[in-house]
Amino acid sequence: MTNEAKLRFEFDVDGDNFTSAGTASETVKYNLKQLGIAPDIIRRVAIVMYEGEINMVIHAKGGKAVVEIDSDEINITLKDVGPGIPDINLAMQEGWSTAPDNIRSLGFGAGMGLPNMKKYSDKMEIESVVGEGTTVKMCVKIRKEA
Amino acid sequence: MKIREIVELLGAKVLCCEEDLDNEVTSACASDMMSDVLAFVKDQAVLVTGLANPQVVRTALMMDIRCVVYVRGKNPDSLSVELARQKGIVLLSCDKRMFPACGILYDAGLKGGDLAV
Ligand SMILES: Nc1ncnc2c1ncn2[C@@H]1O[C@H](COP(=O)(O)OP(=O)(O)OP(=O)(O)O)[C@@H](O)[C@H]1O
Ligand SMILES: [Mg+2]
Repeated sequence: MTNEAKLRFEFDVDGDNFTSAGTASETVKYNLKQLGIAPDIIRRVAIVMYEGEINMVIHAKGGKAVVEIDSDEINITLKDVGPGIPDINLAMQEGWSTAPDNIRSLGFGAGMGLPNMKKYSDKMEIESVVGEGTTVKMCVKIRKEA
Repeated sequence: MKIREIVELLGAKVLCCEEDLDNEVTSACASDMMSDVLAFVKDQAVLVTGLANPQVVRTALMMDIRCVVYVRGKNPDSLSVELARQKGIVLLSCDKRMFPACGILYDAGLKGGDLAV
């Protein structure tokens, strides 16, 4: 472990505005590029964070996103106080979605978001309590351990 | 192929970033579901879609997609165009339906990518 300073970004994700959903991910992508992170790593972070950010907007009325960057990895924490996920295993299945038709007509609700987040992160943890909210933590490694 | 060729093949309108029409693209994906697109990781890609809200452009941005083709004569809102212009994503609109548009592009050499990082 290095003891280099961590970079930290925090965002409020507005749950009432579908149009602005994804702006936090956009900002993170921009900053990672400025930091000179490799393009494939940036793309993976962008995908998993954007999927998570969209989920917070369409399923949970918004929340908070925190992104921490050090020399080894990028950690993304998405926390909402939405309805929670009753069955996480089910939610993780490709194609499972509770998104209503109006969300589908906007291009979301294929039930692919969580599977994408799992696939493109190196580590993902979901904690969810029905009626209290959901916290998704994802890690993308910049340097693989030797 | 160059994005310019897509414009010719589909008889498309260029909505922004005309200066980038000589950029090369090699693969494409087509969907109206954004998570479908987000599962597709390929370089120098084109997105063909019938959906026209700002999340389409944001999805393209996340994926480093260089060109979005709207089919069925769809036109994106001004926010989409503004975002795309800012980020250098070429937006095209054509009257063709999804299937023929994809067929024409595939025939001309654009390939679908694998699902891999
Ligand atoms: N933050 C969240 N709060 C509450 N429920 C959630 C949250 N994230 C996901 N879910 C539930 O898990 C299901 C699956 O999520 P996933 O992201 O895989 O698919 P989707 O959002 O429905 O569609 P897609 O991501 O393909 O657009 C959702 O339909 C929803 O029921
Ligand atoms: Mg989702």
